[in-house]
This record gives sequence, structure tokens and C-alpha cells, in this order.
Amino acid sequence: MARQALREIVVVGASLAGLRAAGALRAGGYTGSLTIVGAERHPPYDRPPLSKQVLTAPAGPPATALPLPGGLDARRLLGRPAVRLDPAARTVTLMDGTRLGYDGLVLATGAAARGAPAGLGRPPRGVRTLRGLDDALALRAELVPGRRLVIAGAGFLGGEVAAAARSRGLEVTLVEAGARPLERAAGTVAGDYVADLHREAGIALRTRTTVTGFRAGADGRVTGVELSTGERLPADVVLLALGSVPAAGWLAGSGVATGGGVHCDASLRALRPDGSAVPGVVAAGDVARAPQPLADGARLALGHWTNAVEQGAAAAATLLATGAPPPFTAVPSFWSDLHGARIRSVGLPSAADETRVVEHDRAGGRLEIAYHRQGRLVGALTVGRTARLAAYRAELEASGTTAREPAPAA
Amino acid sequence: MRITVDMNRCESHGQCVFAAPEIFSFDEDDRLVHDPAPAGALLGAAGKAAAVCPVRAVTVTPDA
Repeated sequence: MARQALREIVVVGASLAGLRAAGALRAGGYTGSLTIVGAERHPPYDRPPLSKQVLTAPAGPPATALPLPGGLDARRLLGRPAVRLDPAARTVTLMDGTRLGYDGLVLATGAAARGAPAGLGRPPRGVRTLRGLDDALALRAELVPGRRLVIAGAGFLGGEVAAAARSRGLEVTLVEAGARPLERAAGTVAGDYVADLHREAGIALRTRTTVTGFRAGADGRVTGVELSTGERLPADVVLLALGSVPAAGWLAGSGVATGGGVHCDASLRALRPDGSAVPGVVAAGDVARAPQPLADGARLALGHWTNAVEQGAAAAATLLATGAPPPFTAVPSFWSDLHGARIRSVGLPSAADETRVVEHDRAGGRLEIAYHRQGRLVGALTVGRTARLAAYRAELEASGTTAREPAPAA
Repeated sequence: MRITVDMNRCESHGQCVFAAPEIFSFDEDDRLVHDPAPAGALLGAAGKAAAVCPVRAVTVTPDA
């Protein structure tokens, strides 16, 4: 049952987390005014296909529209980024000057692609990042067979684009700062497995290497990159896949703690730097930095699809709660599809201090790894063995239901 | 209640299996199998499974 006091809820962010929050508010009995604000002009769309099918579908990009939850009855303000939050006056200001009052506010502004590191200078034309639909359509148009694509960063995004581009007949080089792809996210065994997949597909993988500069022709378009090894690689297109940054810059000066994402308590309430909750404000999805029981309560921003889905619903439940809101304890999960291999994961492999390889069969396309931290299961990853994940997830769910509160934000 | 899964969309993410293991599971080849007519008491779990499918392959039709 919705609290009587809530009459005006604003959701800032019109992608997965924001839409799921809006849907959960209505499903939870909220009958007041509901406004969804989106920075992009596109109707809400699904992001996972942007690094896969949108780049590879031969007959043109597939439809990626996200369906709106039923019975939403919401005002949608698209193409109008939020630029300011005043938690004392309880208002959000949009770029066009519109000021929206709120009783309840959901921060779901997502994340932006991390750009070129300082020191590389302004990238020439043909150096791209990938985050939104416009980025994906522009990149798709550049993926002409025979062209040379250099990707900086062999994480999930870089790896998936490399696979997509290779399948379209480009010459692809993956440049990775670490010793192997995905090492921080999934450890050495999974990283080596993925490195083999890339190399077998004909992708040149350069590890322990970074892009240190760009070269451009007289027309201002990129012609190559300089590497930390001193080499130069020719390139017709360059993708920077260096991770993402929570889109919390617009909250600067609002009093919300935003280092590395909006700091949240265990119920996804936005926090001030002193650790007190900002009244009526919750956060969800890529922008939210929430305590993770599997990482001993450390606050992490997880840019995963299921995280946006589950936090959207949980943030709505917190706004609607009449008593103490329940803690958010959903078990994280992520996936990646690379060269036909279905990589599936539950928990937080990145939090592990020990990996136990249960099955490792490259020829058979099967991998199963359990991840532990101080002897306790914190995650699992499989390739071709999704069936095995359910048991790991059940164990993680049973052990991780008590969220521990971290110290106040610094 | 009727459950249908569009196997042309299914990518074996496993989210439905996590949400409603009474209804969904995998065979040894990671191919999803499901109970097409589970008990009405599982409607809530079925709805959750449909909501968390990343490719929207699961459709739940409650009994009229």
C-alpha cells in the first residue's frame, strides 16, 4: 500500500532501471503522479544487443525498443537531461529549464562510456565509444569488411565488439592493459579461456599493452594508434572500450555523495557524505553504488542488466515502504556471448581471493569455475554449463541475505 | 496457467531458472525445458521469471 504522503514521483532515467522502477511503483499500488525523465530522444531501448546483434544483423539493425510496463500512466519527458537536484526544495531541474517538484525521486541515470585517458589529446574522427543506440548505429556503419579495427580494452564490451566485427570480416586487434582479458572480472582461468576464443577467431590480442596516442591523416581522420610498446598499428576505426562512469555528474553540489556513483544504503536510499539518507531519494541501476553483501558490504556500482532490473524494483519498494524498507540482497549476475560461447555468471567473481576450477574442457566448449572469498562461495562462472549455475545461485542467495552496512561515505 | 517460451529468442541466460526452478530447468545441452502448465500457485514465480528474461522469451497466460 502506498504511503499517503506520496503524490508526485519523478524517475530520472528512462532506460531499464528507471522503467522497471516506474512499473514497480504502479504494481506496488502507487496512484499519484508519475514523471519519467530521459536524456535521450529515443524511446527506451534495450542495451545488450548494441554490442552484438545491432552490429552484426545483415538486414539492418534489429528493433531494440524496450516495452513499457503495462498500466504505467506516466508523463514521459524524453530528450531532456536533468541538470540539477535541490533536495531541500525537492526539485529536479531539466536542461530546458523545466523544474519538477517531487515527494519521491528515483535516480536512474545510468553510466557513460569512459573516454580517452587524459594525455592522449583530442581523439581524431573515427575514434569511437559505445554506450547508446546512436553510438551503435554509427559504429555499425563503420564496420566495413576488410577495414582495420583497433579496440582499446578487452573487457566484455570490447570483446563482444571484437567478435561482432570479426564476424563481419574486419581485421581486429584487441589491445588490453592487463595480462589477459577479463582478469579483474573473472580471474586468470576464465581470462585465458576468453583469450583463446579471441585468437582462434583470428583476432590479434595484445596484452600488457595500452594505446598511448592516435595518428591522423590530413583529413583529420584516424589512421592508426601508438602503443605503449613503441609500435604503431594502422587503423581505419578505433573503439575505446575502457569501461563506464556512473552518470552522476549532474548531482554535483546537491549534497548527494556521488564518488564512483550515487552512494546508497542497503535499501538503495541515496546518502549524503555523512552517511545520512537524503529524504525521498533512491537510486537504481548503473548509477547506484550500493553495498554488496558478497563483497563484505563494500559499495559497488554494477553495470549489469539484471542489476538494473532488480534494483529498479527494489528502489520502488523502498519509496513505497511504510516501515523500515527491506535491504536489497539480490545475487548479481552477468553474461557475455563471445564467438558462440555463452559465458554466464552469478555472484561476484571479482570479489574472490580463490578460484576453484570444476571443469575445464576447451575442446568441448565447457568451463565451470567456483569463486571463493575467505573460504566462502562468492560467485560462479560457466561456459556451456548454465545448468550448473542454479545451484551456485541458490547457495549465494541463502548465504547473502544479510546485507552489512559499510562505514559512512568518505 | 500456461507458459510458453519462444525458443528462437532463448539464449539460455538462466534467469527464469533462478526465479522459478519449479517451472524451468536446463537439459544437459543447456537447452531450456519447462512445465507448460504449472500449478496456479506458481503464478507469482512465473511472472518473476518472465520479468527477468533478458530476451523476453517467456510468456505467462493466467487461467481465465
